[in-house]
Amino acid sequence: MEILDKITKSDYKYGFTTDIESDKAPNGINEDIIRLISSKKNEPEWMLQWRLEAFAIWQEMKEPEWANVTYKKPDFNAISYYSAPKSKKVLDSLDEVDPELLKTFAKLGISLDEQKRLSGVAIDIVVDSVSVKTTFKAKLAELGIIFCSMTEAIHEHPELVQKYLGRVVPRTDNFYAALNSAVFTDGSFCFIPKGVRCPMELSTYFRINESGTGQFERTLVIADEDSYVSYLEGCTAPMRDENQLHAAVVELFAMDGAEIKYSTVQNWYPGDVNGLGGVFNFVTKRGICERNAKISWTQVETGSAVTWKYPSCILKGENSVGEFYSVAVTNNYQQADTGTKMIHLGKNTKSTIISKGICAGKSNGSYRGLVKIGPRADNARNFSQCDSLLMGDGCGSHTFPYIEIANKSAQVEHEAATSKIGEDQLFYCNQRGIPTEEAIALIVNGYCKDVLSQLPMEFAVEAQKLLAVSLEGSVG
Amino acid sequence: MLHIKNLHASIEDNKILKGINLEVRPGEVHAIMGPNGSGKSTLSSVIAGREEYEVTEGSIEFLNEDLLSLSPEERAHAGIFLSFQYPVEIPGVSLTNFIKTSMNETRKAKGLEPYPAKDLLKKMRDCLELLEMDKGFLSRSLNEGFSGGEKKRNEIFQMALLEPKLAILDETDSGLDIDALRIVASGVNKLRSPKKSFVLITHYQRLLNYIEPDYVHVLFNGKIVRSGGKELAHELESKGYDWIKQELAEV
Repeated sequence: MEILDKITKSDYKYGFTTDIESDKAPNGINEDIIRLISSKKNEPEWMLQWRLEAFAIWQEMKEPEWANVTYKKPDFNAISYYSAPKSKKVLDSLDEVDPELLKTFAKLGISLDEQKRLSGVAIDIVVDSVSVKTTFKAKLAELGIIFCSMTEAIHEHPELVQKYLGRVVPRTDNFYAALNSAVFTDGSFCFIPKGVRCPMELSTYFRINESGTGQFERTLVIADEDSYVSYLEGCTAPMRDENQLHAAVVELFAMDGAEIKYSTVQNWYPGDVNGLGGVFNFVTKRGICERNAKISWTQVETGSAVTWKYPSCILKGENSVGEFYSVAVTNNYQQADTGTKMIHLGKNTKSTIISKGICAGKSNGSYRGLVKIGPRADNARNFSQCDSLLMGDGCGSHTFPYIEIANKSAQVEHEAATSKIGEDQLFYCNQRGIPTEEAIALIVNGYCKDVLSQLPMEFAVEAQKLLAVSLEGSVG
Repeated sequence: MLHIKNLHASIEDNKILKGINLEVRPGEVHAIMGPNGSGKSTLSSVIAGREEYEVTEGSIEFLNEDLLSLSPEERAHAGIFLSFQYPVEIPGVSLTNFIKTSMNETRKAKGLEPYPAKDLLKKMRDCLELLEMDKGFLSRSLNEGFSGGEKKRNEIFQMALLEPKLAILDETDSGLDIDALRIVASGVNKLRSPKKSFVLITHYQRLLNYIEPDYVHVLFNGKIVRSGGKELAHELESKGYDWIKQELAEV
């Protein structure tokens, strides 16, 4: 009888900090700080001006309050907007990376060498605000693929950055996008030339290490005509009593016939069992599809105290396809308001939304999604499925679907189901020799199968483990 | 093998079992019959360790161990299998994955390495054949969209794979058509051995035409009121449960 009652503590495995000297800007935000960030990064004048304009826009904006989350708004003057691991020179090989940092990655289970050798994943790592190392760059360069840190792209490929930065997520888009545009410190940049199929998964690893800092990374992925790329990002942060702010912007451009697969495994520190601490994850992600292009977002969201995130697709070109596959887990006092927007502008555009929410403890999970069919989008089709799985009776799950249709030929389907992990299911598993914790992992992974199967193989396994860890102790 | 002594059990303060005594020795097949509400399914749930039921008095020993002190999964590891009357659905978990997890958890509890995938697959194929099941079953989600007959066959399929020492079949015959009943029964018969024991819980005598029991017990109002050989089942079938009720009333 008591099975579903007891909520106990689940441990955050990534909660260590690393003792690395870092170069940190004083707290607060103003024009001088933005100038400081820009000069630290030795940026060209156009970039500084772009930031300053964003800052001016941001000052006129109000923090959004429509999401189904409650939290104490961050004090934007108590945050340091720049923190870099202190090692001045440019790193050419892994041997030159700070050994403490390498140890951090080893704890995270991503030894760079191993990554390089075994998985064939090109990886860019952003600690606090600065990109530390991009592996495999030379190999990719042979194909004309550019995969580097945003800072490097600003210096090496200014024409591309200027052409695309802020074009899908304009600085005026929302409060956090404007803030990010003003103070972003690094991130990843990726360009796949015409007709090239990127032969390996590209991956970025984000980590907030320093206390009192925010992380504001900016990612730009451009897939030129008929190219293909699969991109994965992962995130962790140490355990801290304070709330850390993470406000990222990701922009994707899929040109005619191109395909971008963008996967996220987000495991920022979720706060402790009483809801103290944890990362505020306020992220804007959007992609634009030209003719016959496809963008597929897959996310496994297990971390963060508060999540506010809607990876979206603008289906501009004819026959373009948008997909959104999401698993969002909340436990203890976590809150997530997440979903997607599918904006159908072109003819014969198609979108699919599969969202799986899992709520345990005292947490709150919401799906919020918009399907918009424009007047010229003849024969547009959408299928949405939004399911929630509840564990125990202290949590809440909500669905906010918005559907706007301006074309009579549209076909839009929406399915939703809410279920509970039943004691019957657990007892059945127990009777077959499967202990309760393993049974929950099995049931949850089954429930998420449609989403997990979208992840690249090696990450699907990681994500399964992560789900099990996130829900550990959620059922007594 | 299984010793049940003066077992009393209740759920939410309703007394269901009121002093059950039962002994099952290795290789024996016992049938427990009784009208609806007599406590048959409660008995199987209590043996398997369902938490909703509170044991208020008495004991259950299995292989000389106190069964009541073990968790449901520990009982499974010890060799107890319950074929459910209403098997649950677990969407998205393939039968193969479920069985692999089940068998390997059982092996882990015994300190053994996981079953080699190749051997496991072969074993599964053999058992499929035993129950005249299609290979396609293995990749389907556990019980999801299965017909009543398929669910029951799947229970016996798992029983064949897990090789329990004691199998309790709770109303396995309910919801089965004649063909499915014949297949399930022949599966059980092939698994009978001098070391394995079965407890068949059933409302009707029908199943016992196919699986011949060594003993038949009649459960009524939480107690075993009569025990005998297989002829008792025939007597029940012809006279109905009212016969027992009347006799008890006279006493």
